[in-house]
Amino acid sequence: MTPLLQLKGISKRYGGVQANSGIDLRVDAGSIHAILGENGAGKSTLMKLIYGVEVPDDGQIIWKGQPAHLSNPSDARRLGIGMVFQHFSLFETLTVVQNMALIVPGSKAALSARIRDLGARFGLTIDPRAVVHSLSVGERQRVEILRCLLLNPELLILDEPTSVLPPPSVALLFDTLRALKAKGMAILFISHKLEEIRDLCDTATILRQGKVTARLAPRERSARELATLMIGRPMPPAVHPTPQGLGEQRLELARLDYLNDDPFGVSLSDIGLSVRGGEILGIAGVSGNGQQELAALISGELTLPGSHRDCVRLMGLPVGDLGAAERRLRSFAFVPEDRLGRGAVPDMSLSDNALLTAHSRGLVRNGFIRRQTERSFTADCIARFDVRTPGPHAEAGSLSGGNLQKFIMGREMMLDPAVLLVAQPTWGVDIGAATEIRQRLVAMRNKGAAIIVISEEIEELFEICDRLHVLHKGRLSPSLDVARTTVDEVGTWMIGAAA
Amino acid sequence: MRLKLERRDAASRWATVAAPLIALGLAILTSLILFAALGKPAGQALYSLLLEPFDGWYNISELLLKMGPLMLIAQGLAIGFRTNVFNIGAEGQLIIGAICASALPIYFPTATSVWMLPAMIGLGAAGGAVWAGLAAGLRTRFNANEILVTLMLTLIATQVLNYLLLGPWKDPHGFNFPQSVMFPDVALLPILLPGTRVNISLLAALIASGLAYVIMRHRFSGYQLLVGGLAPRAARYAGFSESRAVWMSLILGGLAAGFAGACEVAGPLGQLQRSVSTGYGYSAIIVAYLGGLNPLGIMVSAFLMAALFIGGDNAMVSADLPVAAVFVFQGLLLVYYLGSLTFIRHRITFNGMGRA
Repeated sequence: MTPLLQLKGISKRYGGVQANSGIDLRVDAGSIHAILGENGAGKSTLMKLIYGVEVPDDGQIIWKGQPAHLSNPSDARRLGIGMVFQHFSLFETLTVVQNMALIVPGSKAALSARIRDLGARFGLTIDPRAVVHSLSVGERQRVEILRCLLLNPELLILDEPTSVLPPPSVALLFDTLRALKAKGMAILFISHKLEEIRDLCDTATILRQGKVTARLAPRERSARELATLMIGRPMPPAVHPTPQGLGEQRLELARLDYLNDDPFGVSLSDIGLSVRGGEILGIAGVSGNGQQELAALISGELTLPGSHRDCVRLMGLPVGDLGAAERRLRSFAFVPEDRLGRGAVPDMSLSDNALLTAHSRGLVRNGFIRRQTERSFTADCIARFDVRTPGPHAEAGSLSGGNLQKFIMGREMMLDPAVLLVAQPTWGVDIGAATEIRQRLVAMRNKGAAIIVISEEIEELFEICDRLHVLHKGRLSPSLDVARTTVDEVGTWMIGAAA
Repeated sequence: MRLKLERRDAASRWATVAAPLIALGLAILTSLILFAALGKPAGQALYSLLLEPFDGWYNISELLLKMGPLMLIAQGLAIGFRTNVFNIGAEGQLIIGAICASALPIYFPTATSVWMLPAMIGLGAAGGAVWAGLAAGLRTRFNANEILVTLMLTLIATQVLNYLLLGPWKDPHGFNFPQSVMFPDVALLPILLPGTRVNISLLAALIASGLAYVIMRHRFSGYQLLVGGLAPRAARYAGFSESRAVWMSLILGGLAAGFAGACEVAGPLGQLQRSVSTGYGYSAIIVAYLGGLNPLGIMVSAFLMAALFIGGDNAMVSADLPVAAVFVFQGLLLVYYLGSLTFIRHRITFNGMGRA
């Protein structure tokens, strides 16, 4: 049988980085094929090449036995290739059917009928007249998938589709994908979540550093085996927190309300939590449920009026009306989820980026910057946190996401804060580095720091946290003891279904 | 094959130096074509514009005279530009500085105190700072755009100058010309280079350049301004105060412009007249950008721009160029420079072929 899609010796280079090199791939109709690899392994590049977003430097793309030249996505769509990106491309102020009509020909009434019909057949129920900004992330993803399906593709590419979904929606998505496969469609499923791939996919191609390292049937292998193939060495052991003696109350939010001016932003209501020294508190939930606002309110990037200063207490004192600098003076440190442009200045050297928050560590004397101290602090951070870079003079913007995250994490940890807030600590970080970051967080906790981790990855939170709250639509669930709760319970809170 | 801009791993040093030179070359080329199209002797015009300013001691001394205020104001403005606070009204701050400084010799025309001059300059600098401070206050309190406010304050400053020169401050023995009395000797800046009009304000401009260098390279406050300009969200994340940055930028720019205004009336003019406003405040914006907003670069670009001023005057006489031609040349220079700046952080690649 002729394969639906075949790649021969595909290579792609960006500047000094060989993103893909000599990749061969074969995808058959009626199968779900996984592309597995760490962040930076070249998965997304490969998909962009197949979808015509980028043109390969070398190699051949063969579609149904014929060489294909894809110079833009509309070429790919004409052949019958559809793709759902990790970050959605929908107009929030338009309705579902209006969004579809932008790329799918046909009258709105006919489109609405097809949307309902496809939705019923593949478990993608959605109201065509709903305005996109009122939809949940899971529903938006359905809209994206439906938009692809309306063009009758033979190959559907899904880029990390589950990273934005709460567990119950993941199960629904998998049912849909299996139904599509049964109709003869080929699906390329990109992920780094091993259990999912073992659950769903027929075949898998594993990428490491831009090269194919294995082709196999994932169901026949254990998750541990897959991980070893993916990162090239055995998985680092997971850390299991042992209960520690709790210290005093370090950070406390009480009856915190925040009304967002942005109509598409999230308002917070009646938030209450507290963290003691020696514990890690997790904030679970799908991004976009108020995580950014909550982090900014804790960090002081958003401040409250003086009348509400009591709503945020740091080290026992009200700080709600104090700015970020004053809160840092009270031994608070913060690693934000966006690294470039917020956690670090891309156009400045790592040394100058150390100065951003570590200036109180003797890097400034009498208003003058002490370059020597600045450089040695930076070199120390690079060495201790294993940041891969030419040196302190390298610009932050030239580092990979994972390395920059290690640098920022290192900088904030070297401040030795009493309270550390970390948002999405392992976004875009490879498994090895992610494990290391988690270990360091636990070690810090064991030394008595109070840590708050905001994360989308439930597994991560279960691994390192002592307690959890779930944030959903700007409201916080009660505190859940990690030892006594389950992923399912947290999942129910994540979609707001809990009582 | 498609042309594509690709980000460099780090800013190219070569391009940093080459960008202003390429801009100068392109500006010369374009203006040659323009002058020829106007039917003017293009070669003669360019000679007057670019080479004559360096021809002879007198021309060079006039160049240094104009370089002082340009450099001083540009250093002040560049600090603000680097943190994205755009003080476009240095001209108005210069006028107010000149007015404040002139108040002393006008009300005390027979004074002999040696403190006259320092007091004038102090008053002038303070006046400029207050004028710019108005914009800072409006920006931090009401979020009023400082570009518009400083620009409109310049119009007001011009009218204040007109009112004073046509009314209360007009020299009663001045044949009704709109100018003040001539200042007494104690109100005039000492000459730095004998036989020329170059006064010690040039030294002040050089010292200000040194200070600007120290602030931007070695002071934590300068670093905070840089962060605010390069990555405003990072500044907020670190807790660097935005309103402090606005105040500091505008006050420093106003101080420099007010200082320069005081030095004009106490220097080459010797009285308050309408010609105190010759556009230094606007040209300093070009000087600041041509110098890459870098204190050392600004010293070079102030020199170049002063040469263009002298050359422009010469070209109007010897090549019969309209006054607008000089402004066109300055504008071309800035546009080409801003265009070539792109290549400091980016390189051109041909799609599918470009390699590092």
